[in-house]
Amino acid sequence: MSILVFKIIYISVIFALSLVIAMYATLAERKVAAFLQDRLGPNRAGPFGILQPLADGLKLLFKEEFIPARSDKWLFMMGPGFFMITALMTSVVIPFGSDVTIDGVTYALQGTDLNVGLLYIFGVVSLGVYGILIGGWASNNKFSLLGAIRAASQNISYELAMGLSIIALVMMTSSLSLKEIVDQQAGWQWNILYQPLGFLIFLICAFAETNRAPFDLPECETELVGGFHTEFSSMKLGFYLFAEYINMFVSCAILATLYFGGYHFPFVSSMDPGLTKTILQAVVLFGKIFFFIFLFMWVRWTLPRFRYDQLMNLGWKVLIPLAVVNILLTGVFILIKAG
Amino acid sequence: MIDKIFYVLSALTIISATLVIISRHPIRSILFLVLTFFLVSAHYVLLNAQFLALVNIVVYAGAIMVLFLFVVMFLNLNEEMVEVKSYLPWFAAVISGGSLMLIVTSALEKAVLTSPQLVSNYNIGLVENLGSVLYREYLLPMELSAVLFFIAMAGVMLLGRKERISE
Repeated sequence: MSILVFKIIYISVIFALSLVIAMYATLAERKVAAFLQDRLGPNRAGPFGILQPLADGLKLLFKEEFIPARSDKWLFMMGPGFFMITALMTSVVIPFGSDVTIDGVTYALQGTDLNVGLLYIFGVVSLGVYGILIGGWASNNKFSLLGAIRAASQNISYELAMGLSIIALVMMTSSLSLKEIVDQQAGWQWNILYQPLGFLIFLICAFAETNRAPFDLPECETELVGGFHTEFSSMKLGFYLFAEYINMFVSCAILATLYFGGYHFPFVSSMDPGLTKTILQAVVLFGKIFFFIFLFMWVRWTLPRFRYDQLMNLGWKVLIPLAVVNILLTGVFILIKAG
Repeated sequence: MIDKIFYVLSALTIISATLVIISRHPIRSILFLVLTFFLVSAHYVLLNAQFLALVNIVVYAGAIMVLFLFVVMFLNLNEEMVEVKSYLPWFAAVISGGSLMLIVTSALEKAVLTSPQLVSNYNIGLVENLGSVLYREYLLPMELSAVLFFIAMAGVMLLGRKERISE
């Protein structure tokens, strides 16, 4: 099997996995919400409600497609598509396991090992807001526009703190390649032990960047009807809702990769290299990702939504100074360690 | 192969850059400008300067253009407002554009075509090499430009603040 064929199969598998995980994350979200609120959650479609996501998808597909009059038609249609594409683009640089060599050919479980992979993720995340901005503006609706504007200012504010928290990590690992960052954390050398503050800042920013509660101001239904997607219906709305879950999956994968050792686990790392090891590593990584997805849901159904000025205060007056302090501390520790 | 990619990419870049100025609606202009930044980044990738390519996307497409879009969305633009009433700006544009073209063509006439100089280090655009070059050989200019940015930032904050007090 040539590398090209392998890459095509690999990318398709990651694509399908992102979609399936996002699909079942919607069910998991409702189940977790039900559990936290002492309810049962969806349990009619199939055993334990496992067919619920399919039913939801079909429902969205068969709904009437509505494009508001006096809206910018092309941009209105582009918005959800753009949001979906940027959500799916990030997973290409995430390493899901160490390389496997079969018959002398080495297969890497990573779309591509960019030597600036971390910057790539950052770039794609910063583009994600265009889908919301375009869709919200093109709807020609005041609530949508307000939602879109909130999304833009929120994303820009939290991107800064996120970037600063990553700088501290890069100072420590002295690499921007995700594969190298993961391989430095073999065994128990997880970055969370050296960068607890950085991890906390990154986690909070990840909540804000994925527009999840307690920072879901762009679609805040108590103030803005439905926020930026008020006017969207049918599968266009489906794309917006669905891409949010894909974003969540990818953010969790990045959190696990950067701070929780990625595919490394104490007993798995010391195994002999081979197919079994790689499969176990992928399983370990997915375990970590699922834990973080659960954390995201747990937070959503526990904390109330922030007020808008509180959100901005937290971003600019708390997280950014903390991130700068974190960079200074990291620098001091590196100097002390170097002697 | 690379030659063909370069030509296709250049054509696309010029087309999308032209669309920026001929689009009637400012929002579309901005979106085409974002597309142009992307295509310029693709050029950087062709030159093996991945760091520059991604920084271009993060800073220009990801932050500055979002702010542009943000501001334009607040403006209540009508078609009538955008339309040019007088033909005077057209004349001015034609004259200044024509003289620019004259300069460029006369410069091209005099230019001697040489084969492109090969850079000594092909991997200079990779982040490790770029970092060591910037912080060893060009440390002073680098730090000076950082100070310049800092002053500009402080100045912007001061200006923004003053306006609010005077209100």
